[in-house]
Amino acid sequence: MNKTLKGRVHKYDRANIDTDVIIPGPYLKIHDHKELAKHAMEGIDPKFPEKVQQGDLLVTGSNFGCGSSREHAPIALSQTGIQAILAPTFARIFYRNAVDGGYLLPIEIDEPTVKKIADGDELEINLAENRITNITKNEQYPMKPFPELIAKIVEAGGLVKYRPQ
Amino acid sequence: MTITEKILARAAGRQSVSPGDVVFAKVDRVMMHDVSGPGVIKVFSEWEKKGVKLEKIWNPDSVWVAEDHFVPAADRVSAENVIALSNFTKKFGIRKHFKYGLGQYGICHTLSHEEAMVLPGQVYVGGDSHTNTTGAMGAFAAGLGHTDVAYVLMNGQIWFKIPETMLFKVEGQKPDHIMAKDIILKIIGEIGTDGANYEAMQFAGDVVKKLSMEERLTLTNMTTEAGAKNGIIEPDETTYAYLRERTDAQYAPVHGDDDARYSETFTIEIEKMEPTVAKPFSPGNITVARELQTTELDKAYIGSCTGAKLDDLRAAAKVMKGKKVRIRTEVLPAAQSIYMKAMKEGLVQIFMEAGAVVGPPTCGACCGAHMGVLGKGEICISTTNRNFPGRMGHVESQTYLASPAVVAASAITGRITDPRDVRN
Repeated sequence: MNKTLKGRVHKYDRANIDTDVIIPGPYLKIHDHKELAKHAMEGIDPKFPEKVQQGDLLVTGSNFGCGSSREHAPIALSQTGIQAILAPTFARIFYRNAVDGGYLLPIEIDEPTVKKIADGDELEINLAENRITNITKNEQYPMKPFPELIAKIVEAGGLVKYRPQ
Repeated sequence: MTITEKILARAAGRQSVSPGDVVFAKVDRVMMHDVSGPGVIKVFSEWEKKGVKLEKIWNPDSVWVAEDHFVPAADRVSAENVIALSNFTKKFGIRKHFKYGLGQYGICHTLSHEEAMVLPGQVYVGGDSHTNTTGAMGAFAAGLGHTDVAYVLMNGQIWFKIPETMLFKVEGQKPDHIMAKDIILKIIGEIGTDGANYEAMQFAGDVVKKLSMEERLTLTNMTTEAGAKNGIIEPDETTYAYLRERTDAQYAPVHGDDDARYSETFTIEIEKMEPTVAKPFSPGNITVARELQTTELDKAYIGSCTGAKLDDLRAAAKVMKGKKVRIRTEVLPAAQSIYMKAMKEGLVQIFMEAGAVVGPPTCGACCGAHMGVLGKGEICISTTNRNFPGRMGHVESQTYLASPAVVAASAITGRITDPRDVRN
């Protein structure tokens, strides 16, 4: 995979951030992507959509996106401008939705790496080498490589044009 | 191989699979509802912009649709979503569309078993995280998002990573005051809300063998709250008898091999188990009901795919019979057919005489959308499955999760109450 992402970090240092706080239940009837973005992370930080700029990154604790299967969650986050989320683990449906829908990248990093990254840090993520550079702190971290199939789907921009081999 | 591995191997056209393998598996049944359905339609409209158009659904008879989250139509947007969904099912020849106000309808996961929509040995996916519920029928059942459901509608298959299987053996003599809800809350409390992430949770043991079909469905329903990919129970005479009452369809059940490998085996001794409650704000934040006797409540809620099946209503009515509720209490049977059975059995009368309101099946209050949401600072005890911040309403409201027996006992006293402490 030949891709480099660069962005500024928004850090929410807690585990089990669930889909009810990422996009609360009353908004499930909304399917307009831009409208959903206005409510991204409303249950945790109502100012979130104003803070994010295109290409920013989210760094968070384990089991991100647990709870419901609502695809509204990765849609809302990606529409605010978030291009990747870095966490030790993701809930399975959130992970699938993020990748298969081609909305944003769920990148698995270890717990110590989460601790080293601060809110506002500038990161560069090299997907070819599975390496993260913290430009602000001049540090390097490893990331867990994508499994083979996931890498192919990511490269294809989601499942839409992917066909089983 | 375990039952999960064998079902997925068969669906992938393979002799065998191992945990970690990624396969494309053929899907037997797919479900969407009035939230995921319009989401799927939106995915197709986005795909069309990229040059991929849905000409036909791979097999319209494998697809079924439920209206449950925003019915009765909460507002104009919800009404329009149902119209869009109805137009879609008509256009693509989907005949099984359970419509609000038109005969049988209800919560999708309840219809899945009540209407025998999913059979043992099948691969079933749905646009809802609690699709896991139906694994109690001996099927592989997993929740997916809109894109994945759209992909299945077009191609009839989807990728799965073969999960490891965690085996939970529930043993001992089950006390009457203990329900499946207590067991699954206890398990989630022990393994944590990510304790089964990406894994299959399989239930077995003497207690599970003796549980009714509906009680088994409560176990698998909340595997979602432990992060599991699927929950599953091997089919047996209880499963087959339940299905015989509902369908003539033929099916090919699957059983795990004797030498199946489980990633972990847990034995849960039930004899000393206490009625269990999950405190705000996590289904894993458990304690016993008697520890919370001073917790004053504003509302008791008996509803949802988790806690408003016929057995759930029976358990609640048994506690409430001849008594009055002290806090506002809402009972919403999970499907129209269950509502009718509850009426014929006299359960509805018990609830209404106790002072509770009995309402139409809907997911509304469970997901904080409509039909009884919580205001700021309100405290609710509920038979539902989630109690994250804001789940049932205001972000500063609180939800305690418990069995229908505990919720009914609490409705009577106005405080969190062990059903043994409500005397006749």
